[in-house]
Amino acid sequence: MTRVVGTRLRRPEGPDKVTGRAMYVADDVPVGCWWGKAIRSPVAHGELLGFELDPAFDFSQVVLVRAADIPGVNVVDLIVDDQPILASDAIEHWGQPLLLVAAADQATLDAAVRAIDVRVRESEPLLDMEAAEVVFKEIVIDKGDVDAALASAPHVLRRTYHTDSQEQMYIEPQGAIAWPEAADGTVLVRGSLQCPYYVQRALARALDIEPARARVVQAATGGGFGGKEEYPSVVACHAALLARAAGQPVAVIYDRHEDLAVTPKRHPARVRHATGYDDDGRLLAMDVDVLLDGGAFTTLSPVVLSRAAIHAAGAYRCDAVRIRGRVVKTNHVPYGAFRGFGAPQVCFAVERQMDAIARERDLHPATLRKRNALRLGDTTATSGRLEESVGSEEVLAKILERTGFEDHPWCQPRPAAGRKRRGAGFSFFFHGAGFTGAGEVHLKAKVDVRLAADGRCEVHSASTEFGQGTVTMFTAIAAEALETGPDDVLVVEPDTGAVPDSGPTVASRTCMVVGGCLARACRELRARIDAHGGQGAEGSFRERARAFLAAGGDGRVEVTYASPPGLVWDDERYEGDAYPAYGWAADYVEVEVDLDTFEVSMERFVSAVDVGKAIQPQLVEGQIEGGSLQALGFAHIEVVGTKDGRFLQDRMATCIIPTTLDAPPMEVLLVEEPFSHGPYGAKGVGELPMDGGAPAVASAIEDALGISIDRVPATPERLAAAWLAAHPEEAL
Amino acid sequence: MTIDNSMQISFELNGSMRRARVEPHERLIDLLRDVLGETGTKEGCGEGECGACTVLVEGRAVNSCLFPAPEVEGLRVVTIEGLCGEGLQLSPVQAAFLEGGATQCGFCTPGMVVSTVALLGENPAPSASDIRNALTGNLCRCTGYVQIVEAIQSAAAKLSAGGEA
Repeated sequence: MTRVVGTRLRRPEGPDKVTGRAMYVADDVPVGCWWGKAIRSPVAHGELLGFELDPAFDFSQVVLVRAADIPGVNVVDLIVDDQPILASDAIEHWGQPLLLVAAADQATLDAAVRAIDVRVRESEPLLDMEAAEVVFKEIVIDKGDVDAALASAPHVLRRTYHTDSQEQMYIEPQGAIAWPEAADGTVLVRGSLQCPYYVQRALARALDIEPARARVVQAATGGGFGGKEEYPSVVACHAALLARAAGQPVAVIYDRHEDLAVTPKRHPARVRHATGYDDDGRLLAMDVDVLLDGGAFTTLSPVVLSRAAIHAAGAYRCDAVRIRGRVVKTNHVPYGAFRGFGAPQVCFAVERQMDAIARERDLHPATLRKRNALRLGDTTATSGRLEESVGSEEVLAKILERTGFEDHPWCQPRPAAGRKRRGAGFSFFFHGAGFTGAGEVHLKAKVDVRLAADGRCEVHSASTEFGQGTVTMFTAIAAEALETGPDDVLVVEPDTGAVPDSGPTVASRTCMVVGGCLARACRELRARIDAHGGQGAEGSFRERARAFLAAGGDGRVEVTYASPPGLVWDDERYEGDAYPAYGWAADYVEVEVDLDTFEVSMERFVSAVDVGKAIQPQLVEGQIEGGSLQALGFAHIEVVGTKDGRFLQDRMATCIIPTTLDAPPMEVLLVEEPFSHGPYGAKGVGELPMDGGAPAVASAIEDALGISIDRVPATPERLAAAWLAAHPEEAL
Repeated sequence: MTIDNSMQISFELNGSMRRARVEPHERLIDLLRDVLGETGTKEGCGEGECGACTVLVEGRAVNSCLFPAPEVEGLRVVTIEGLCGEGLQLSPVQAAFLEGGATQCGFCTPGMVVSTVALLGENPAPSASDIRNALTGNLCRCTGYVQIVEAIQSAAAKLSAGGEA
């Protein structure tokens, strides 16, 4: 029985948020702060020839930073050193930073920017990923003899699916403030970010200083969804280089237009399936080819591809699987991290393929899912055996019972019902929690807990709060493990000067991995206090903690993550246990499609989700509802297109996301199949709800209109074209 | 030659009279945040799409990123900072947002809370559909709006039992 885990705590930082007192980066600009901005490439591909400075403008009032002025290495530190902080000659994408400018006030900065002309020699950009030749990363997963299984399968279905890009659209744009080197040699950056230690490493290399001298503090952060995983390193390096040149703090805070125009978004994808199956729809062979547009630089693409490849065969049992994934270089603005991280693209494809097989075999899509779902003891595409915490059957049972979808005559001929057609759709999916393969072993995430003088327990970690509820969830885990109340726990602000490296706040890993370390640390601390005073000694937790400290007890415990025993991963062969645990889910959607406007209205949404254990059910539901609405937006209204290498939707007026009126009523059915190595059984939940919404919506539209939807977003324009192709008599 | 077009205005901000010198084209959000230091009002887009900058002018919710600062001359303006009760106590709407899980990253929250106060001023017992219509100008990317709508219904119920938004 837990006492705090599973209850509903008030968000510790919540009162500041509802009163407007929470300090986001733009709310706390120091006196004397300068303003900085990047001058960017006006072309998608070419060569930088130089800058023309208008002699009418007095450039002595501003500072300029060119590539040659960078004291350290001119790269944005991440996986591969191919992305310069500032271009020095080759230009690889529209909006690439070329020159930095800062001034004491915004008006002077704007005037300076207008007084600088960029001279470039333009060349033909490569914008079609199918024609790309540079491969950032290729992954092949091989299980069984796919060619033989396809050759002998009674039925084979080959189809191709596409997903377009998607914008994270955190409501607070990117921003950072950097201070010049202080007397103690430390450079400080405060910013809107997910991963303080990524930014620290990037600053250290750019400035050529020891990492410990780059201190990174997370400001209150207005959403991230992956969009503040890697890009804040760029913003922070720009601000720090300008602060160094100006000798003043410099704020680089993007307006929405700049943010939309140049920051990384979800990778566009093309996924080809060839699936062999028997008369009953049992999967015999899956041959999947995944192609992602990586944009101009590597950024996080290899890891996005990894997650895409591992999830490409879906949550299904199949003995013969071949997955070939590639992410290639084009001259698009680099694509990067966004909640789901490659999985939403491949989940769309495999779920649509399953629906297509259901139609071919005249089976109900729910029956087909139940027949093929991975279960306890099965092996995944990477041949990892599912040993525990597999909620697949339970999420399927729960959602089908709740929605009655099995009785819905999906895609069966129905009497035409006027100009508004209703449909229902379904998806079934899983999402690995934590870093892929050996990632967590290499990361060695650390957490430490320390008793403060007042007896409260301070939690020190680099895991950031940007809405998901890290602070609340950590408070609950720590209080539970310490056997005390939430008021005895204080989660400190992520500051690389004060907290250990817990790894990045990404990949659905914060609760399972970092929270697991936290629970261990707190149990050890409690054991020490108990050993000192005797278990169940008199007094409150704080009194006992103070007595323990007064007696010279060591009130600091640091824990480093240890992978669950028995996990095996071969990175060369891409084989083994890709993740310690998976979240499992099924989504159900009802839509209404207007045959005159081809608008799709979301009427109902239900999601059944196995999270292992909901540490804070209200937060978990909030994650599922919010992530699911992003997935519904991805399905039909969120459009991110490009022309000549430039994003067409570079204003909020055109880059739309769902409003209150686009969002359906939502129902979340929680399933808890505990994971023995997660804290109190918890697995990950952050990304899972992003995966299943798009295929469920496409399935519902297909049910409503009888036309197959192989690409998202299913915009009114695309639906109209598909409908008119199927119904030429309706053409005007 | 520079021509000084600035003008002196005075208006009521969160219950106190304030004076400021403003430019004709100055935005209300810049006056509030940069000149008067009230940073609870957020800028998410600068073009009236996201609603994070929503404030009350004479009780009506407006986007302060589109509203000219000189236009508040002589008017009553209320921002998120003006909604707390005595001793920074949470107002019923703020408390409902906090308890109901309606704030996640918090960046849309001030605008969302202000729009809610405007709604409840006009319609003390809104249906879920009334709430969704009233808040369509306030974008939230975190919540899916479910817990926001529920929190507003809970605040409305508490308020109808007595209290001020």
